[in-house]
Amino acid sequence: MSKTSLAIYIFVMAFSTYLIRMIPLLLIRDKINNRFFRSFLYYVPYAVLSAMVIPAVFYATNDIRTGVAGFVTALVLSYKEMNMVTVACVSCIVALFVELLIL
Amino acid sequence: MDVQNRYGQGLVDGIPIGLAYLAVSFAFGIAGMSKGIPVWAVVIISATCLTSAGQFAGIISIASGGSIVELVLSQMVINLRYTIMSIAVGQKLTQDTPVWHRFIMAFGVTDEAFAVSCGRKGEIGSRYFYGIMTVMWSAWTLGTFLGATASGILPEAVMNALGLAIYGMLIALVIPPAKHNPHIVLVVFVAVVCSLVFRYVEVFSFISSGFSIIICTLIAATLGALIFPIKEEADE
Repeated sequence: MSKTSLAIYIFVMAFSTYLIRMIPLLLIRDKINNRFFRSFLYYVPYAVLSAMVIPAVFYATNDIRTGVAGFVTALVLSYKEMNMVTVACVSCIVALFVELLIL
Repeated sequence: MDVQNRYGQGLVDGIPIGLAYLAVSFAFGIAGMSKGIPVWAVVIISATCLTSAGQFAGIISIASGGSIVELVLSQMVINLRYTIMSIAVGQKLTQDTPVWHRFIMAFGVTDEAFAVSCGRKGEIGSRYFYGIMTVMWSAWTLGTFLGATASGILPEAVMNALGLAIYGMLIALVIPPAKHNPHIVLVVFVAVVCSLVFRYVEVFSFISSGFSIIICTLIAATLGALIFPIKEEADE
């Protein structure tokens, strides 16, 4: 692929990604008072993150067993309210350990 | 009401995101190389798009010689969730923030920046959000460059394990609030069940993973809002 067409692809990708974020942020400026919609927005992060994690987390590594091991580790540590970095790092380490052990 | 508008606090809160981003963008850099995309292009994609799933889909589309229309469509579907997140971030922003800040902030609306800023109590200011953006963008761009140039150096086992970093982080964002609020547990449960159904039930196999996330979110958050509407003062 030529440099020019690659650059066009990148520009299109960046621009469409930007517009999708910018338009709602720009247009909806007033505080929304509708109770239903406020509740909806309150629950969105938890719904999005849950749907993003499951089932994708099981396929995040090359083997479902290491994925599950990391997932369970992350669940336990976040239930104990460890900070994000600790949870992320320890989950990776456990997955690596399981991989070296069983594969 | 509390207003968080310190750039430094944004930097601090951005650190866990930055660490997870280093790992994920590292993987993106490697993926780009394996698809035959030059280092400069992979790094520019990360620096200008700042989105994980969209970029992965983007390089697949580019490498397979897909049309511009296909590229735009796939970006729109995968990134549609940002529409909801941008509205939520806009609602969280103090009313006196000048409009032009919204043009810059829009670039930094990612799953994690949204989760961290909307998970805070009270309102946020633009400077706080820029703190998060600074760490995110630097880590994302740097990680991509490192992955693209160092691909092949790290052992495969380590690369595999690093794929979990982003999920560990997302889980750490959901579980603690859910532990203290049974209403959130219901929303999480509904989202997970929907997501599993869309992924494993044959009839729904035509739904892409990006689209599945949107539908699951709409269903779970709507149910939550209908069954357990928030109290007016407890919503921040």
